[in-house]
Amino acid sequence: MLFCEDSELLERECLGPCLYRFSVRSNNICDNAKPGQFLQIQVDGGLGAFLRRPFSIFDIDRSNGIVDFIFQAKGQGTRLLSKKHVGEHINIIGPLGDGVFSWDGCGNVMIIGGGIGIFPLYLLAKRLPKKHNAFVRLGFRSKDNVVLEDEFREQCHALNIFTDDGTYGLRGSVCRNLDSDLGSDDIDAIFACGPLPMLRSVKEIAARREIPCQVSLEERMGCAIGACMGCAVKFSDTGKPPAYARVCKDGPVFNAADVEF
Amino acid sequence: MDMSVDFAGIKMKNPVMVSSGTFGYGKEFSELFDLNILGGIITKGTSLKPKAGNAPPRICETPGGLLNAIGLQNPGVEYVVEHYLPWLRKFDAAVIVNACGGTVEDCVDVCKILDSADIDGVELNLSCPNVKAGGGALGGDYETVKEVTGRVRRVLSKPLIVKLTPNVSDIASLAKGAEDAGADAVSLVNTFLSMCIDINTRRPILGNNTGGLSGPAIRPIAVRMVYEAAQAVRIPVLGMGGIVNGNDAIEFILAGATAISIGTGNFYDPVCSVNTVNDIESYMEKHGVSRIKDLVGAVILNN
Ligand SMILES: Cc1cc2nc3c(=O)[nH]c(=O)nc-3n(C[C@H](O)[C@H](O)[C@H](O)COP(=O)(O)OP(=O)(O)OC[C@H]3O[C@@H](n4cnc5c(N)ncnc54)[C@H](O)[C@@H]3O)c2cc1C
Ligand SMILES: Cc1cc2nc3c(=O)[nH]c(=O)nc-3n(C[C@H](O)[C@H](O)[C@H](O)COP(=O)(O)O)c2cc1C
Repeated sequence: MLFCEDSELLERECLGPCLYRFSVRSNNICDNAKPGQFLQIQVDGGLGAFLRRPFSIFDIDRSNGIVDFIFQAKGQGTRLLSKKHVGEHINIIGPLGDGVFSWDGCGNVMIIGGGIGIFPLYLLAKRLPKKHNAFVRLGFRSKDNVVLEDEFREQCHALNIFTDDGTYGLRGSVCRNLDSDLGSDDIDAIFACGPLPMLRSVKEIAARREIPCQVSLEERMGCAIGACMGCAVKFSDTGKPPAYARVCKDGPVFNAADVEF
Repeated sequence: MDMSVDFAGIKMKNPVMVSSGTFGYGKEFSELFDLNILGGIITKGTSLKPKAGNAPPRICETPGGLLNAIGLQNPGVEYVVEHYLPWLRKFDAAVIVNACGGTVEDCVDVCKILDSADIDGVELNLSCPNVKAGGGALGGDYETVKEVTGRVRRVLSKPLIVKLTPNVSDIASLAKGAEDAGADAVSLVNTFLSMCIDINTRRPILGNNTGGLSGPAIRPIAVRMVYEAAQAVRIPVLGMGGIVNGNDAIEFILAGATAISIGTGNFYDPVCSVNTVNDIESYMEKHGVSRIKDLVGAVILNN
């Protein structure tokens, strides 16, 4: 089920440098959203930002019909969006994406997020039945960028925070010692979202250990509902001509081995 | 009020269509609104053999619009006829298949297959800027438009709409070429060949380096070209380029378009075509226009 509706902005919280958490009202999205899905949000439709912007669903409060998403204000569109006031309505298409996180048949899982890639992973951690021990690794640039530590801790078996400069948590990349931890924590599924270099490392390590790995990808989108073929990602192992999947419809979550990124 | 139009022999309850490449084969948008509201639906460009499309990124936002270089990704005409069209046929909206090919022979072969398909007409794309050795090169002047249109006309008995490239200085002559070869209508504009460069990496943003510009940014140019084409030919014109609401649509109709089509507007608001139908109706009411036909080409030029 897909919806396109004007949703009231109920809360607007600044979480950190240029980072905003918006809570909007939408019973329809609440009732239908799955971890890994996203929203396509109209910013203004004019010269400021003609195209909508895609953001992951961060959290769902079903009993109150509230959907949260978190975004970084970096370019023109997201900066405009960050200026919306509580009480204003925002036009949203969602929940989008047929490729969602799936934990069927797995035991312990490793959830790995980097930077603004951590947002789709929260609903996953929350919905994941507790019998799957979730080991979560979140990576940030520096201490000032660390967010949502308590929220994630509540939803997982073990949480490790990494910062590139070592000003908070463990120093270094979120992939540090990942290889050995996958063995010692008896992990048999990996879920990841973050910058491409990080995702590539995770994919490589997962492949080496033959652990299934699901990644959430980003690409520039037109319609975001699967019609325009704008957000293409190449399937692996397709010779010539190559074959492309749609990030918006076939994803945004893919088996890492299935696609090239 | 009468919103119905007879476009190239295709009877439509209103003049609002959705443009090729922005609406797929209808399925995705049908989850968001009732397709029966539309006058017509033009499918994604469909080629003889499946096409993989271009390397990403394929989309880039620009002020009031976007650049695209999809590269006509589609599963090929046979697949489309078998799997997509029967479903699309269930709606009370004209079904027009956009046909494309890298060579004249390809265009002819696609249209041969489409001639026996259950559809209302064919829009022949002689204008895609994103496919090498094809599209644009096939329809860049009077002679080639006439040549390709004529060859297709011989195998296609269904209504034939020829989609012209706007990347020329004399659009009227292209329209004339289509008319002289027996086309039932022309449609314009397709996208304008463009380029965006990332100043940090010094590389073009699109994987294909260049792409086609669409959206409100091109609208005034499109209106002018529709006007010029409509002046040049007697066959009807399908006008498009940056339409996002009823006012935009009326502008094209006044310029000479018998029907209009919405493309990139569907991305900014997926129900923009529905709103456009309603807006046109309100405009007619407000201005005492009883038949939409009466507005076609009704622009009053300044002396
Ligand atoms: C499925 C999905 C989920 C996402 N979830 C989140 C999230 O939860 N939080 C968050 O902060 N960001 C998220 N992003 C990235 C976010 O969409 C971009 O940061 C945003 O579109 C940039 O817009 P802008 O106005 O800041 O930049 P501009 O530079 O003004 O953008 C220009 C154009 O490029 C597109 N674009 C630029 N960067 C990206 C990108 N990384 N991915 C896709 N399109 C891009 C824009 O949408 C726009 O069309 C997600 C992206 C995708 C595809
Ligand atoms: C993503 C995208 C894909 C398109 N694909 C096709 C196509 O396959 N065949 C075609 O004839 N035109 C194609 N077009 C052009 C549109 O049909 C239309 O002519 C053009 O975008 C101008 O109208 P607009 O400004 O309303 O989008 C495409 C446009 C876009 C934005």
